[in-house]
Amino acid sequence: MTRAARRRAFNGIFVVLCSVATLIALSALVMILWTLLSKGFGGIDGMIFTHDQPAPGSPGGLRNAIVGSLIMCGLGMAIALVVGILAGTWLAEYGAGTKYGHVIRFLNDVLISAPSILIGLFVYELLVAPFHGFSGYAGGVALAFLATPIVVRTTEDILSLQPGALREAGMALGASRAFVIRRIIWKSARTGLLTAGLLGFARISGETAPLLFTSLGNQFYNHNLSQPMASLPTTIFQFALSAYDDWQRLAWVGALLIAIAVLSINIIGRVLARETHRP
Amino acid sequence: MATTELASPRGAPPGHATGEVIFRFACASAATLLLVALAGVVISLFIGGLPAFKTFGLSFLTSTTWNPVTEVYGAAGPIAGTLITAFLSLLIALPLALGVSVFLVEFCPVQLSRPIAIAVELLAGIPSIVYGMWGLFVLAPWFAAHVQLPIAMSVTPGSWIDKVFSGTPNGANIFTASLILAIMILPYMAAVFRELFLTVPPQVREAAYGLGCTPFEVIRSVVIPYVRRGMIGVIMLGLGRALGETMAVTFIIGNAHGFPHSLFDSGSTIASTVANEFAEATSDMHTSALIALGFVLFVITFVVLAIARLLLREAKH
Repeated sequence: MTRAARRRAFNGIFVVLCSVATLIALSALVMILWTLLSKGFGGIDGMIFTHDQPAPGSPGGLRNAIVGSLIMCGLGMAIALVVGILAGTWLAEYGAGTKYGHVIRFLNDVLISAPSILIGLFVYELLVAPFHGFSGYAGGVALAFLATPIVVRTTEDILSLQPGALREAGMALGASRAFVIRRIIWKSARTGLLTAGLLGFARISGETAPLLFTSLGNQFYNHNLSQPMASLPTTIFQFALSAYDDWQRLAWVGALLIAIAVLSINIIGRVLARETHRP
Repeated sequence: MATTELASPRGAPPGHATGEVIFRFACASAATLLLVALAGVVISLFIGGLPAFKTFGLSFLTSTTWNPVTEVYGAAGPIAGTLITAFLSLLIALPLALGVSVFLVEFCPVQLSRPIAIAVELLAGIPSIVYGMWGLFVLAPWFAAHVQLPIAMSVTPGSWIDKVFSGTPNGANIFTASLILAIMILPYMAAVFRELFLTVPPQVREAAYGLGCTPFEVIRSVVIPYVRRGMIGVIMLGLGRALGETMAVTFIIGNAHGFPHSLFDSGSTIASTVANEFAEATSDMHTSALIALGFVLFVITFVVLAIARLLLREAKH
């Protein structure tokens, strides 16, 4: 075999291997999505949204879990948006280039990928153990800890993309720095800030681990944040590991609902982000 | 006072200097809150785990006895399970993720490349509990029937194959947990690898092609050396994800506390142990031992993630 032929052969094998890898990866993921659709779609009926979780063997829905998830994600996002946008603004506008800014950015990057179950343990020590009880507040705060780093990162990225001329123009008119940031920079970046919120929301809406020992879960409908609160992920976890067929069916419906929610929020976030980046 | 008139133009509120200070302070304290949060995690886990560390000392890390009834806690089993599943999943996911990203960047037709890349990125966002359920209801039964049983039937007892592959044939074991983890971190790693490969300047690549290199040679000798540090960073990020992943693993690892003896033996990870036992911990020492486990996990992942971020930051400059 000549050298050229050998190189061509190597390259051929490499191309085939890469294509096969892509095929394997895509088919694994398609299989998961297919299972999710085929097992979950049939179970969606009117009762899912109007009835609470049933006892094994009787009909019911997931209303208590859906409402609990929405409430706790709402609380988490409210905290995450305030803290995240302010911190992201500081990183982009005030802390850029400073040593402290580097440290904060680094820690934020670590927090983004920190295991979510550890956040759950931390919030348990912070809010559950001292007050002797699992609560929706604790669940919401745990989710806030997970969403904030994502909001920070996205906010910083978006604000750094705003043209410097915008800031200079504002300053030249005599506005203070804070005024420029609030009225000009935030305004021109508002779609980006919305994306930041959506990405954070997508991240926390499927989180299970941090809720297991903060909000605990609740088999009844409850919108009182100081009580244990149901959520879709914890209910799915409980139902999927149960021995009852109808509970397992509900678990698949819940998983499908979460997946649809996460996918659509992510897609909306991406579409918005692309529109802002377009010159 | 004409000078003050000039200094506070119309539009900006009169004492805006105070507003500036307040706003700046609010932003800075929000940023500091991140530091406080991370410090809070470390400190609370350490304090919560202190009773267990004090009671069991070094044997907490080396002993394999985890017994809530006799109140003896040794975490070697879950720690080993965490490390083994994470490295195994990385071993499976890394070649696949590299293949996918190279395919997307180099070989795939442009019209297909964007949709596949977006699909891969979206899949990286699917919650882990979905992967876990698929593992429990689809992968585990299939694996038990089509892999474990045939192997168990055909090997001679006592041979090395039997030692490596022995285990209850129910599909819930170290290996299937690693498979699920691999499927989970695969889209994530592929997406970041792709971004990394796209940072290689086209001129560098084109120059190599101009010298007559084949695509394989361009990837091996030009692209990969160019982004090597960043690649290690991505690998560490994937490892960090696999180490701390909870739900996907909890469903399928079998939840046995001992040290896993074979590839198909059931085991546990730190995260799965905490998820399973924490809400129902029977005593203060049990709770403390679980929090101490969390502290160990934090230390491991923090080191891995810190290395990853430092390498990736260098790669970006």
